[in-house]
Amino acid sequence: MNKVIEGIAYVLGNDIDTDQIIPAEHLVYSLSDPEERKNYGKFALSGVPADQSGLPDGKVPFTENGQSESKYSIIIGGRNFGCGSSREHAPACMEIAGVRAVVAESYARIFYRNSVDGGFFIPFESVTRMVEEIKTGDDLIIDLNANTLTNRSANKTYELKSLGEVIEIIEAGNIFEYARKTGMIPSA
Amino acid sequence: MGMTITEKILAAHAGKESVRPSDNIWVDVDVLMTHDVCGPGTFAIFKKQFGENAKVWDRDKVVIIPDHFIFTKDTHANRNIDILRQFVKEQSLPHYYDVGTDNYKGVCHLALAQEGFNRPGEVLFGTDSHTSTSGAFGMFSTGIGNTDAAFILGTGKLWVKVPESMCFEFTGKFPEHVMAKDVILSVIGDIGVDGATYRAMEWRGDAVMSLSMEERMTLCNMAIEAGGKNGIIEADDVTTDYVRQRTDVPYKIYKSDDDAQYFFKKTYNASEMEPVVAKPHSPDNKAKVSDCVDVKLDRAYIGSCTGGKLTDFMAAARLLKGKKVKIDTFIVPATREVEQDLHKEKIDGETLIDIFKNAGAYLGDPSCAACLGGPQDTFGRAKDNQVVISTTNRNFPGRMGSKQSHVYLASPYTAAASALTGHITNPADFIYN
Repeated sequence: MNKVIEGIAYVLGNDIDTDQIIPAEHLVYSLSDPEERKNYGKFALSGVPADQSGLPDGKVPFTENGQSESKYSIIIGGRNFGCGSSREHAPACMEIAGVRAVVAESYARIFYRNSVDGGFFIPFESVTRMVEEIKTGDDLIIDLNANTLTNRSANKTYELKSLGEVIEIIEAGNIFEYARKTGMIPSA
Repeated sequence: MGMTITEKILAAHAGKESVRPSDNIWVDVDVLMTHDVCGPGTFAIFKKQFGENAKVWDRDKVVIIPDHFIFTKDTHANRNIDILRQFVKEQSLPHYYDVGTDNYKGVCHLALAQEGFNRPGEVLFGTDSHTSTSGAFGMFSTGIGNTDAAFILGTGKLWVKVPESMCFEFTGKFPEHVMAKDVILSVIGDIGVDGATYRAMEWRGDAVMSLSMEERMTLCNMAIEAGGKNGIIEADDVTTDYVRQRTDVPYKIYKSDDDAQYFFKKTYNASEMEPVVAKPHSPDNKAKVSDCVDVKLDRAYIGSCTGGKLTDFMAAARLLKGKKVKIDTFIVPATREVEQDLHKEKIDGETLIDIFKNAGAYLGDPSCAACLGGPQDTFGRAKDNQVVISTTNRNFPGRMGSKQSHVYLASPYTAAASALTGHITNPADFIYN
């Protein structure tokens, strides 16, 4: 596992639900077809109301028109990130768009679980609220050994909560690799 | 120390004498349900991880219920149904309810109940967050993603963190014009959309136990809207009467111990409950119906796993009978069985279907339909900046299809009363006059 994650911040507010992350009309595309799955990147976070997209100013598109990859690879969120439906298309679309970490105050449990078990990206919990501290476009680095998030644009470092018991699944890659490592399912 | 019903069921399925909240355990799964939106992704992961020719762990325990994007010309959506068919064929799965056949059912959470897959004491996972609905039968049920579902398909097991339990007790009698939907919206309003995150929401009290199975399902259905892992109600005679009409599979009834530990306990006086709505754009944005009567509406929508059951339509029909709606009103039965019941059940000699038609409502085919927006040609999908009163479960921005629309969540009584006036209306105005 990489011990640092570097990226540009994209900041969102509280209660970012899975319909905002990927509106239901787009859930028809294949996640396994290499070309078709790009649609998920294209529509990632497209349901977030414009004034809430890319705080503090808003109206910052997550992906440029028609592109399936975003220049923003670290999402900063408030409370209850990923609430709503169980659609795994939500963490998947973010990964397809290039997200490598989310740092939120708290998560809805299915989204958190999907992120970890599917190995899409690492869902970190911040110790204090980051939404008003970090601006969309800031240059960030997460240090997994130190459990910190540094905003290089503002020269400030913040503590992150320990990943706790799910770290074993995160380190293994996903729930299948974890189960293979522990002998629960046979190695491929 | 005692255990809650949720802890007992999870312990039994982990082969343990007892479990405590926060224990991480592996449980044996009794039923895995998936549908057209998450099935194809689940099957792809299953094949990738367990091999192209791998077989599911137990054919009898897999239930596939297409229900989300059914009556649409969207080619990708229809392709996904074909993927379900192909997998069912490859695996010879007995429990599949195909689109376009007499066997088609409709919305999975009600279909699970009606087809006998909800059984006290069991563990059921589904690739849909409203899988919490099944907890009304005294079982553990919760929503999962494609990866976890694929893991279950291959192993029959899943890891679970044992949730703390929250107890919501209602004593006395609910007023006639208050439905289970008002009760769950009130509780979500009290605790917030993350008020039960990672926790079990256990419903207790004589008022809860006086409810029908369908009303109990409404309570458990929206546990997820408070972030809950599961909703649960102990099984009683009402439960076993329903289950025995649907299946002969043996089951086991668990009850919470008197000394079980709860993270939170609150007792409500049922008679003090009032009709409420959740205002845009969050299910916890609670307001009394009586405080919202100035809200002018463009349409009413009665349907979904939350508000599209026979009980919901009986309530709506009671108010709509002999009257005309003032706004576009959409009626979407959750399942074929509900649809058939609309043709059979009568109020003063008139079938529900005739009551709705004569009131000027539009009738749709059983499916999730516009509850979650869906493809552009979905029946009842919200347009532009419409203001909608809906018996569904979520009013997130854009949830019903238009980011500019405003959705008020309400009970079927309130939705029907409001359809008759064109603004948010207290059903008491019709019921007691």
